[in-house]
Amino acid sequence: METTSCLLTWIIFSPLIFALVAFFTPTAFENKLRTLTLIQTLISAVLGIVLYFNFDGVESGPQLVHLVSWMPDWGINYLVSIDGISLPLVMLTAFVSPIAILGTWPAVGVELKKEKFFVMMLMLLQTGMYGTFLAADMFLFYFFWEVVLIPMFFLIGIWGGKERIYATIKFFLYTMVGSLLMLVAIFFMLKTSSQSGTTSAAMFHLSNLHFAFDPTSFWTVITSPQTLLFLAFALAFVIKVPMVPFHTWLPDAHVQAPTVGSVFLAAVLLKLGTYGLMRIAIPFFPEAAYYFSNFFILMGVIGIIYGAFCALAQTDFKKLVAYSSVSHMGFIMIGLFAFQKVAIAGALYQMINHGISAGGLFLIVGFLYERLHTRDLNEFGGLSKTVPLMAIGFMIMTLSSVALPGTNGFVGEFPILLGAFQVKPMFVLFAGSGVILGAVYALKAYQMVMLGPATRTDLDHLHDLNTKEIIAMVVLAIFVFGIGFFPKTFFWKSDATLDHYSNSVISKVGPQ
Amino acid sequence: METMHSVLPALILISPLVGFFINGVVLPLSLKGFAKTPPNTAGGVATAFIAFSFVLALFAFAKLSGSHEAAPSLIINCFEWFNFGGLNIPFELRIDKLSGLLVLIITGIGTLIHLYSTSYMHDDEGVGRYFSYLNLFCFNMLLLVMGNNLPLLFFGWEGVGLCSYLLIGFWYTDTVKANAGKKAFIVNRVGDLGFLIGMFLLFKQFGTLNLPDIINMLKDPMVVEQLMPSVTLICLSLFVGATGKSAQLPLYVWLPDAMSGPTPVSALIHAATMVTAGVYMIARLSPLFELSPIALSVIAHVGALTALFAGSIAVAQTDIKKVLAYSTVSQLGFMFLACGVGAYQTAVFHLMTHAFFKALLFLGSGSVIHACSGEQDMTKMGALKKHLPHTHVTMLVGSLAISGIPFFSGFFSKDEILYSSIALPGGVSYLFIIGVLTAILTAFYTGRMMSLTFYGDKRYSHDVEHHLHESPGLMIFPLYVLAALAAFGGFLGVPHLLGDYLGHMPHYLSHWLDPVVASKHLPLVGVKIPLHEGVVMAGSSVLAIISYFAGVKLFKKHMFVKDVVGSFFAPFEKVLSNKYYVDELYGVIVINPIKKFSTISANIIDKYIFDGAVNGIGSQVKKIGSGLRALQTGDIQTYALMMVMGLLVLIFFILKVLV
Repeated sequence: METTSCLLTWIIFSPLIFALVAFFTPTAFENKLRTLTLIQTLISAVLGIVLYFNFDGVESGPQLVHLVSWMPDWGINYLVSIDGISLPLVMLTAFVSPIAILGTWPAVGVELKKEKFFVMMLMLLQTGMYGTFLAADMFLFYFFWEVVLIPMFFLIGIWGGKERIYATIKFFLYTMVGSLLMLVAIFFMLKTSSQSGTTSAAMFHLSNLHFAFDPTSFWTVITSPQTLLFLAFALAFVIKVPMVPFHTWLPDAHVQAPTVGSVFLAAVLLKLGTYGLMRIAIPFFPEAAYYFSNFFILMGVIGIIYGAFCALAQTDFKKLVAYSSVSHMGFIMIGLFAFQKVAIAGALYQMINHGISAGGLFLIVGFLYERLHTRDLNEFGGLSKTVPLMAIGFMIMTLSSVALPGTNGFVGEFPILLGAFQVKPMFVLFAGSGVILGAVYALKAYQMVMLGPATRTDLDHLHDLNTKEIIAMVVLAIFVFGIGFFPKTFFWKSDATLDHYSNSVISKVGPQ
Repeated sequence: METMHSVLPALILISPLVGFFINGVVLPLSLKGFAKTPPNTAGGVATAFIAFSFVLALFAFAKLSGSHEAAPSLIINCFEWFNFGGLNIPFELRIDKLSGLLVLIITGIGTLIHLYSTSYMHDDEGVGRYFSYLNLFCFNMLLLVMGNNLPLLFFGWEGVGLCSYLLIGFWYTDTVKANAGKKAFIVNRVGDLGFLIGMFLLFKQFGTLNLPDIINMLKDPMVVEQLMPSVTLICLSLFVGATGKSAQLPLYVWLPDAMSGPTPVSALIHAATMVTAGVYMIARLSPLFELSPIALSVIAHVGALTALFAGSIAVAQTDIKKVLAYSTVSQLGFMFLACGVGAYQTAVFHLMTHAFFKALLFLGSGSVIHACSGEQDMTKMGALKKHLPHTHVTMLVGSLAISGIPFFSGFFSKDEILYSSIALPGGVSYLFIIGVLTAILTAFYTGRMMSLTFYGDKRYSHDVEHHLHESPGLMIFPLYVLAALAAFGGFLGVPHLLGDYLGHMPHYLSHWLDPVVASKHLPLVGVKIPLHEGVVMAGSSVLAIISYFAGVKLFKKHMFVKDVVGSFFAPFEKVLSNKYYVDELYGVIVINPIKKFSTISANIIDKYIFDGAVNGIGSQVKKIGSGLRALQTGDIQTYALMMVMGLLVLIFFILKVLV
């Protein structure tokens, strides 16, 4: 906690500065707004790299702290810091952003008038995501958490598909319900903290508070303050994950969202939920979390199987990928609630890995939609010959999604299953069926798009990936195989924090 | 145990990967397009890199045999793959006597098949893609056998599955072929889940997944005692993995369909190497499997039943590749039978001879198919002997070897398996009888295949006849090499009984494998059935010869094929040629329910239950809202007041519960 630095603040607010630049861009230059966004995301990526090299992998606690007084009376401050859990997620955001922009470069400046607002929303979205991952103050966390909603609301509501209004309201209300309870819980924690002497919303302070937990009976458990707080936070987070049965907003939001929105949604936004569980819900309320761990693991298992079955039935390519997210996020739930070291590490890795594979798959959906104006799997077929590069990119993302060893997907799923099996073998037995079902729907999608006889007659106009799209896919592919072969190289800086995190969480719930 | 640090394993592994990159990335990039690589370049590059591996493998082999230690191994730790939270998995490769043998088989037969493919795939537009996949397969297969821990073995295990998927569906514009690839991948995944569970159980018991560590710990009686309650579960889980990859009952269904890939692929992947991975895994972990008589018994039974079952199907197939496919399933069953009775070395022996003769038969069938303008149906062949003299001679050697005709390679290995199944304590007498029956069937359907293809009346069309030609030298050369191996390879494992007559010729293979694979002494007289080894040997030879010639003779006459088989065995034959309707059964009990359930999940549960709840709440709120419209005054201050009051009530309520 010694070093002070503005680096994190730069990372959080540089997109916002660019949003202002975009706002004041004269009309004559509006067709350059996309380039501006690309520059902004590239700067974020560079800042991300600087951050990576400034990050001390030996240190397990928060570092690069930046504190600015905000509402001192309430103990609320602008306090940001980073540790080994948030580092990979910030890096994911920093790298996915330029890829998302590059991979969804529109054909020609469509609807220029709205475009200014569009890029501003993209930038605000990034600020919100960085802020949520980096906030070390509970209220600040909540603030950024809500900030994320606004741009998503507009991205889907304005630039979405036919049923965008229904989708966006569903998305908004669903997440709002969750976050309201979280807000109440935060206020309660603040109140408790002021009773204990110091009024502070800093996470490191709040994490030291202990809330009563009485495990004598189910009734005493669910009326324990710790349980109520845990459930309030957990509800907010699992809606975002999304965990079955709170997942139905996701397919709708994905299907309606423009491609760039889908990429951000799948790659980063879902991780806000699992990050929240890992950052707050589980370590702050470990006994309650442990008490309900079987339930959450069960929901994870159900999510894996149920999501896979739903994905299998889809003919809408985008919906299929959306349900595959439901399925894959189930693995993270298992990892987080297994209270086992290897599984916890796997859960963090899986957050990154799902970001890469789902982001890549949504890009593929976008490529196809932009070219053929359909997402119906029955209207594709045999495209491989016409668009070989896209076929390769799609294959790589599919392999990552089915967690083939050598790809990043395996690096996440294998430790989760192996670790969770040590403590909850029966659950893993069922979760393992996701390994099979995942291959079923992923290969089905690949085959319906790329293989078989070419059924369309307009394939002459179908062009393969352009340079920008190639760059986007190549970067993703490098991550897929880079992480797949050398997970240590990518994740070693998280080791110390993960070690500390698992030890403290597991020790609080007693030896297993 | 001596371990020599050596870079050889890494070089052997990487070489085909480099070939993959050149054919898959570098050449398409530099030629600005896929399908633009000249066929000879693609084939040349791929062959060169796998041949380089073979040369290195020979060096490694020489190093091993030059060592004075009993169990020498070449080892290299490339880098740390996983290392966190107590899970430590180095990317470590090891060549010991077992993996060294397999590396030789993979790279050796691999090189021959690459060479053959250069000619066979010459006119295919996807030749660059083909060779990149083939090289990638070799990389994964080598990783599978050289990986020094189970996750690395699993890496190769899944990797070969991927390449198998890509190569089965190589001609992807054909939906049937694409489906066959998908089926192979998914069925294998079912097995892989078993493998994963087995690994997880092992990790729970041992805290490590490094193979030498596990094997070493098994020497400690304390560890063994702790292991006993779960050892059967572990072995059976791993065996589920083996049934998937090695196409055993009930997961064999993908292999016959896999024949829709190019024929050299069938030879390399679906006969000589990949499908034997399960046998390798069990041999590798033989000290573990030794601890569970139940698991071994299951393995023996599954193996024997698969052998008989698939052998009987092979009798009724008319597609030459399907005959060979079912024959492969059947022969793999033999290997598992050997494992199950505890004769792991014999299983490896049969793995090796089978690699020789089955690769030969597949490549030979490829040559036949090539000559007949792509025709695979044997009822449209016949009398090809004079047109394809080289193919005929080499395939004849392969056929005699697989049939177990004395002194060809298959004779030695199959005989050892049959005898082991009554001579070893783990043997079962009726499994021996099943084995003998299968051996008879094997000789019969092989004779039938030879007869339908090469002898009897000609049944091919004029067009086909017009194009009939013997294959070019590049395809014939590998056939002869393999024929030599199939003919003489068996002398690496001459039983003592015969070895004594051959100037005290030892069982080389058994000596070689002794330090790494659990072995048992074969008595001269069977334990379960008191038959002398010589009696078994002579008896099975006679039966093999008779049934082989019966197969040849009976099917020489076209009339007989149609009439006798058609009328006499009609119902029986229908069941057999429909493969006991197993695919249909899977359709009814597995695939349809999955489809149905997924439709129900997506279209009913999700739409009406989960979403229905959400929308229901939504519309209720709306109703309440319109009921409360009276409160709508349009006065912002009133709204603000109500909001604050509402929030206060909420907070008050929650605080009351909490405090």
